[in-house]
Amino acid sequence: MANAHASPVLKHHFEDLGQQHACERLGMWMFLATEILFFGGLFAAYTIYRMLYPHEFEIASSFMDRKIATVNTVFLITSSLTMTLAIRCAKLGDRAGLIRNLILTVALGTAFMVMKGFEYAHEFHENLAPGKLFRAEYAKATESVAKLSPAAAAEYFKADAASAHPAHAHWAAELALKNKAGADEVVDSGKVQMFLCFYFVMTGIHGIHIIVGLGCILWLVYEAATGGIPPENYSTVEVVSLYWHLVDAIWLFLMPLLYLAGAGMGH
Amino acid sequence: MSIAVPTGGAVAAPPPPEPEPVPVNYLNNGYSIWSWLFTVDHKRIGLLYLVSISVFFALGGLFAALVRTNLLSPTGAILSEDAYNRAFTAHGVLMLFFFLIPAVPGVFGNFFIPMMIGAKDLAFPKLNLASWYVFMVGAMCAAWAVLVGGIDTGWTLYPPYSSRASQAAVVPGVLGAFISGFSSIMTGLNIMVTVHKMRAPGMTWGRLPLFVWALYATSLIQLLATPVVAITLVLLMAERMMGIGIFDPSIGGDPVLFQHLFWFYSHPAVYIMILPGMGVVSEILTCFSRKNIFGYSAVAWSSAGIAVVGFLLWAHHMFVAGISFYAAMLFSLLSMLVAVPSAIKMFNWTATLYRGSITFHAPMLLSIGFLVLFTIGGLTGLFLATLGTDIHLHDTYFVVAHFHFVMVGGMVLAYMAAVHFWWPKMTGRMYSDFWSRLSAVIIIVGFFFTFIPQFVAGYYGMPRRYPNYPAELQWLNVMSTAGSSVLGLGYLMPAIYLPLSFFTGKRATANPWSATGLEWQTPSPPHVHNFDTTPVVVCGPYEYSLGVDQQGRTLPPPPNETNAEPDAQKEANGG
Repeated sequence: MANAHASPVLKHHFEDLGQQHACERLGMWMFLATEILFFGGLFAAYTIYRMLYPHEFEIASSFMDRKIATVNTVFLITSSLTMTLAIRCAKLGDRAGLIRNLILTVALGTAFMVMKGFEYAHEFHENLAPGKLFRAEYAKATESVAKLSPAAAAEYFKADAASAHPAHAHWAAELALKNKAGADEVVDSGKVQMFLCFYFVMTGIHGIHIIVGLGCILWLVYEAATGGIPPENYSTVEVVSLYWHLVDAIWLFLMPLLYLAGAGMGH
Repeated sequence: MSIAVPTGGAVAAPPPPEPEPVPVNYLNNGYSIWSWLFTVDHKRIGLLYLVSISVFFALGGLFAALVRTNLLSPTGAILSEDAYNRAFTAHGVLMLFFFLIPAVPGVFGNFFIPMMIGAKDLAFPKLNLASWYVFMVGAMCAAWAVLVGGIDTGWTLYPPYSSRASQAAVVPGVLGAFISGFSSIMTGLNIMVTVHKMRAPGMTWGRLPLFVWALYATSLIQLLATPVVAITLVLLMAERMMGIGIFDPSIGGDPVLFQHLFWFYSHPAVYIMILPGMGVVSEILTCFSRKNIFGYSAVAWSSAGIAVVGFLLWAHHMFVAGISFYAAMLFSLLSMLVAVPSAIKMFNWTATLYRGSITFHAPMLLSIGFLVLFTIGGLTGLFLATLGTDIHLHDTYFVVAHFHFVMVGGMVLAYMAAVHFWWPKMTGRMYSDFWSRLSAVIIIVGFFFTFIPQFVAGYYGMPRRYPNYPAELQWLNVMSTAGSSVLGLGYLMPAIYLPLSFFTGKRATANPWSATGLEWQTPSPPHVHNFDTTPVVVCGPYEYSLGVDQQGRTLPPPPNETNAEPDAQKEANGG
């Protein structure tokens, strides 16, 4: 007890380090519970609309960039590994290893955000964003296929299905042709926008969480570099890692919901 | 762990000597503005909350006065229809998000939870300070909304009106509610971790004061419900700013989904507001009737029961919003179920009073007021939980009266009781016994005249939120407005005699009410780290029959009626 009191990392209002660490851990777990409820509202709403409008959600999901999503998933899962290795280094008092692993984690998280940025840029370039952009683009495409006969429109999808390497039309053209062909049930462009609302809100809020996590990890790097994380205080790293893992785990739910809902007809 | 104390308390430790007033207590430990704004002392943060929510309560009360004055005339006495909408919305938003929710957890939770469980501080002192700042930022956003013209949606913010039609400053107002929600989460998280991990030796769960149990249940709701409304408000703001979103019917969105998500928080939120009040009266009723609480574990677990069941009945706000009939039946049943734990508390409190040696100081008067008014509020809730009667009463003044009986008659009275009960500990001064009793009586009388007529008006079909009403209902509205003036006077009095007592009041002893909790074992006002040595708890929280505090020491003599008289006072002081 007397030794514990002498520890420089023990805060004044705790009896000993055990109590301090227990508080930190429990506090973070409770915070994670609030995060789950926070995203839970979104997931619940998504589930409701997905059940109501399965067809539109499948089609809209196929417009998403699965390649980037896959690469990003690899980045995040790997960053969870480096984060966990950082805890181990902190426990063993390996300061160089701790800093190395934390910086690797930051690099992977940053790579995720950069890829995400390219993805958003591409989507906005293609006007694949709910609201005015979407409506204008879709109206233009509808107009350009107005003169086609339904049979000719249907021809496009047949050719596409027959080809080993289907040439993908722009999303708006694809939607317009589909509605023109009318073979399938009509695709309501409003509900496609509904999917896009979810896509941007869910990935956007997730992205903000990644940025907050990166900030926390950079703070850990600073603390580690200045000697603020002695082995007996490794729980600081552990607490940040809990948050980071949760953000990863949320991505593992977002990825299939947003990118894999379609029937493999798209990009 | 517990020490067997024979009946009569023959072997109880002698009463502690009255602690010498310490030269440095938490109040005089630095006078600069920074020593307050950058403090991480839970007691000072409690006072920061006390000051700020008192201001918001006054502002909210001002808007209520505007609403009541306008309703003096069937066609609206002073406000335009639009201004009326903005006035009642401002009243609702201010009172709910910036007074009722932070009131007891922010002030008394912060101040007394660590002291009651024998800790030096809350588990996360910096987070605690951050919660106050976040709260103030939220309040500033709400103030911004009011200054640029106010919101006219009602505090419930239903789209599509709030997202498309309203011309008012919806976004800043919603942002204010969103931000202040995080402050609520921070406080709740802090209290839960503190109760789990920071209890003094011997302070088992079964020996926690019921106030701590109530705050723990409250924190659980804050933690699990607030994030849901946070995301809902984000979606609403996004929809309003982008012109498109998931509640937008033009793209297949469902506005009723907003109502579900909103009430998933906002119904449990009424338990965030009332549960701390229940904790307060548990402390006060036992102390001023000099009896052990009747059914400790029933009262403790009913708090947890309310917290859990409270999550399951949000859709009773939506019986006429077009939800499925079967869902409505289920939610009706569940709504009635929550009356059970509330009634358990009520019966136990009544049994606690039975044959007690009751003294009627201000905290006790206010707590008894709570019992009566909350019971009326709770029972009228059953009318609204019943599907058939709700069709008639939905969105009428009956609902307004029910809600105010629970929130003002229940929660605000409990809050005032808490202020009066713990004021001597917080400030080290006694307030005027006469004026405090008088104000308690005036508040209770004014309250009856304000809200009983609203039950009647609502039953006759007067809708809530309308600026106009049929002329036949004017006498009820005039009576209600008259009552609200009396109520306002009752609230004004403590605003004068409490601050006055801070300068001129008699110095309070460490334990002026002869209460058992650990917070009373410290000097008044307490010193910076609360306890010189970590206290060791040997018995339950309400051993009034044995006359011992939680450390097993004999209690000082309780205050009695004669103490209030000046002569007897002098005598007591002299001795």
